[in-house]
Amino acid sequence: MRRAYFKTSWIAFALLAPQLLIIFVFFYWPSAQALYWAFTLEQPWGGGNTWVGFENFAKVLSDPYYWSSVRVSVIYALATTVLAMAMALTLAVFVDRQLSGYSAYRVAFIWPYAVAAPAVGLAFQFVFNPGAGIFSYINAVSPGMWNPSQYPSQAILSIVIAGAWKQVAYSFIFFLAALQSIPRSLTEAAAMDGARPLRRVLDLQLPLLTPTFFFLLVINITDSFTDSFGIVDTLTGGGPFRATDLLVYKIYADGFRGFDYSGAAAQSIILMCLVMALTFVQFRYVERRVHYT
Amino acid sequence: MNNKLATAALALLATAGAASAEKAKFEYWYGLTGDLGEVVAETCNRFNASQDQYEAVCVGQDGYEKAVQNTIAAFRAQKHPTLLQSFDAGTADLMLSGEFYPVTKLMADTGVNVDWADYFPGIANYYSSKSGEFFSMPWNSSTPVYYFNKDIFAKAGITEAPLTWEGMEAALVKVKESGAACGLAYAPSSWIDLEQFSMVHNVPVASNNNGYDGLDTELLFNTTLHVKHMENIQRWIEGGFATIRTQAAGKTARDSFVEGECAVFFSSIADHNTIHKLKPAFGWDVQIIPTYEGVERKNSVVGGASLWVLSGKTEDEYKAAAAYLAFLATKPEQQFLLENSGYIPVTKSTYDALLAEGFYAKEPFINRDIAMKSLTYSEPTELTRGIRLGGMIQIRAEWTAEVEAALAGQKTMKEALDTATTRGNEILTRFAKTYPGKAFP
Repeated sequence: MRRAYFKTSWIAFALLAPQLLIIFVFFYWPSAQALYWAFTLEQPWGGGNTWVGFENFAKVLSDPYYWSSVRVSVIYALATTVLAMAMALTLAVFVDRQLSGYSAYRVAFIWPYAVAAPAVGLAFQFVFNPGAGIFSYINAVSPGMWNPSQYPSQAILSIVIAGAWKQVAYSFIFFLAALQSIPRSLTEAAAMDGARPLRRVLDLQLPLLTPTFFFLLVINITDSFTDSFGIVDTLTGGGPFRATDLLVYKIYADGFRGFDYSGAAAQSIILMCLVMALTFVQFRYVERRVHYT
Repeated sequence: MNNKLATAALALLATAGAASAEKAKFEYWYGLTGDLGEVVAETCNRFNASQDQYEAVCVGQDGYEKAVQNTIAAFRAQKHPTLLQSFDAGTADLMLSGEFYPVTKLMADTGVNVDWADYFPGIANYYSSKSGEFFSMPWNSSTPVYYFNKDIFAKAGITEAPLTWEGMEAALVKVKESGAACGLAYAPSSWIDLEQFSMVHNVPVASNNNGYDGLDTELLFNTTLHVKHMENIQRWIEGGFATIRTQAAGKTARDSFVEGECAVFFSSIADHNTIHKLKPAFGWDVQIIPTYEGVERKNSVVGGASLWVLSGKTEDEYKAAAAYLAFLATKPEQQFLLENSGYIPVTKSTYDALLAEGFYAKEPFINRDIAMKSLTYSEPTELTRGIRLGGMIQIRAEWTAEVEAALAGQKTMKEALDTATTRGNEILTRFAKTYPGKAFP
């Protein structure tokens, strides 16, 4: 393989500098600040802080509600990822088969990605409202059966559906692009061998999609850990009784609303480590099954 | 070319300099939104039109919480406003940081005369130091009351709005027996059910006289009458005399009341104006929050927000801010606020003048001053001055989450309040550690 390289390294540095500067200012610097705060008790209005070592971490990790928050975050991440990717794949396969009107669908399916998370939350508030939403028909049949403000499992279901709906679009684009890059000759050859559409999807297209599949898995899981705030904030506010208190939402509630900057910083560091660990696991164990062509 | 640009820039600077020399500007960040936010903006316009020395630049921050959050962020970058409208729960950190200019001192330093003794003690105590110096300027003030549907009460044979919780229970039983669909529309509110409840019953929320006397404070609400009260509410919900009405459950308590569905709901007096605007199709009125029999009723305390002057600004900005604060305290400006909101007067002289003019004898203000009765019911005691707790927002959140869990049948009310107390105490310990060796001024 041939590689392009610069003879004098300062050009490379000069070209990299703007990007590095941006990453430093918007990522490394705040992260370092958060790391420092996590080991202190920071006064919100400035005026100094007290070094407390690992106390913030100890407090967070010994809190049973924090662990239920971790649990519900993992459930949310896995459920939205599976749901979003399954829906996206199904839609992409149908669009790829060029069923009638597919070009209109192709555009329509991309739209949800452009909707901001709080707007998604607000829209679903109307869907899930037990008094007036679409789901209130359940209550018309059997009164009191649907009430996410009362039943934790229903509240979790609500944010999972809203979160998945938002993520479908992103996965859809990638699945569709990957499907369309599969050479037609392969599909046609399979068809001539007598493979029906479903068989072709299972035996031919899915195996060829694994690199995309893996990429989307990592992105979706990371996204559902870090980008769920807007949906939780508008849809459930972390309730009922902390049932949907996802890790990111808890960081916001403690740090910004409760002015506990240090506790929130410690939680951010833990969340960062958790997402990094999950990504590592995926690369270590899931990627083995991926075949890059 | 370069020369031309430089001249243009200089010219711009010169005009900007001239403009600022004409009027001393100061910035004011407020939290009120919607109609009330417009009222705040209007007070700024009125102030700017009333004189030509100063200019208030008022910026809405979309809610009290965001106003405080944004101000902290701006403060850390030294880009903060001179004046901040903050709610009480968000100010413990500000008090201990010392990064504010007590308004008593500000007014004295800038030579503005304010009769501090004219403020109602229930309001004055809440916003001042132990020595009686005002930290912040009271402005939009409220206190909780309950709203009741007169038609439903009449049909149930209730002639007087009860003043005791025993009476309230009896009334709710009668309402249910009369066939009404919903008695009390209940939404857990630590402000009403815990804080104001403890005030009027003269029981502590926390040790150290509710936190005034030190940072080594412990919550006590799981040992007081509050427990019995919350157990009663739970019993009423289970018995069908009360229903949980929150946004998340489909409809807020206020909407349930305004639509004529529920007979009673508890809220701030500020809602008096809102309900009038919504024009319910039935007769309704307000009453002060009840107390239990055998308890000597005390004053409730003020809610709403007050105006804080922050440190690190110039003398001109302080002068301008002082002028604005003095302007807000005048009778016409208090009246402007009262006419455009549900808030209450903060000074005795204004209240007396309004009474003499018959302000409270005509709609929509009739009986709105019942809030004054609640606020001034007694001289504030050690326990009814107010509450000074760090991490108050988190403590309220713990209380709400635990009470909701109990109401959903996940644990008993006593267990829930015990857990809220324990977790709240951890928050207080952390807060005390964050400010070692300090005490509320």
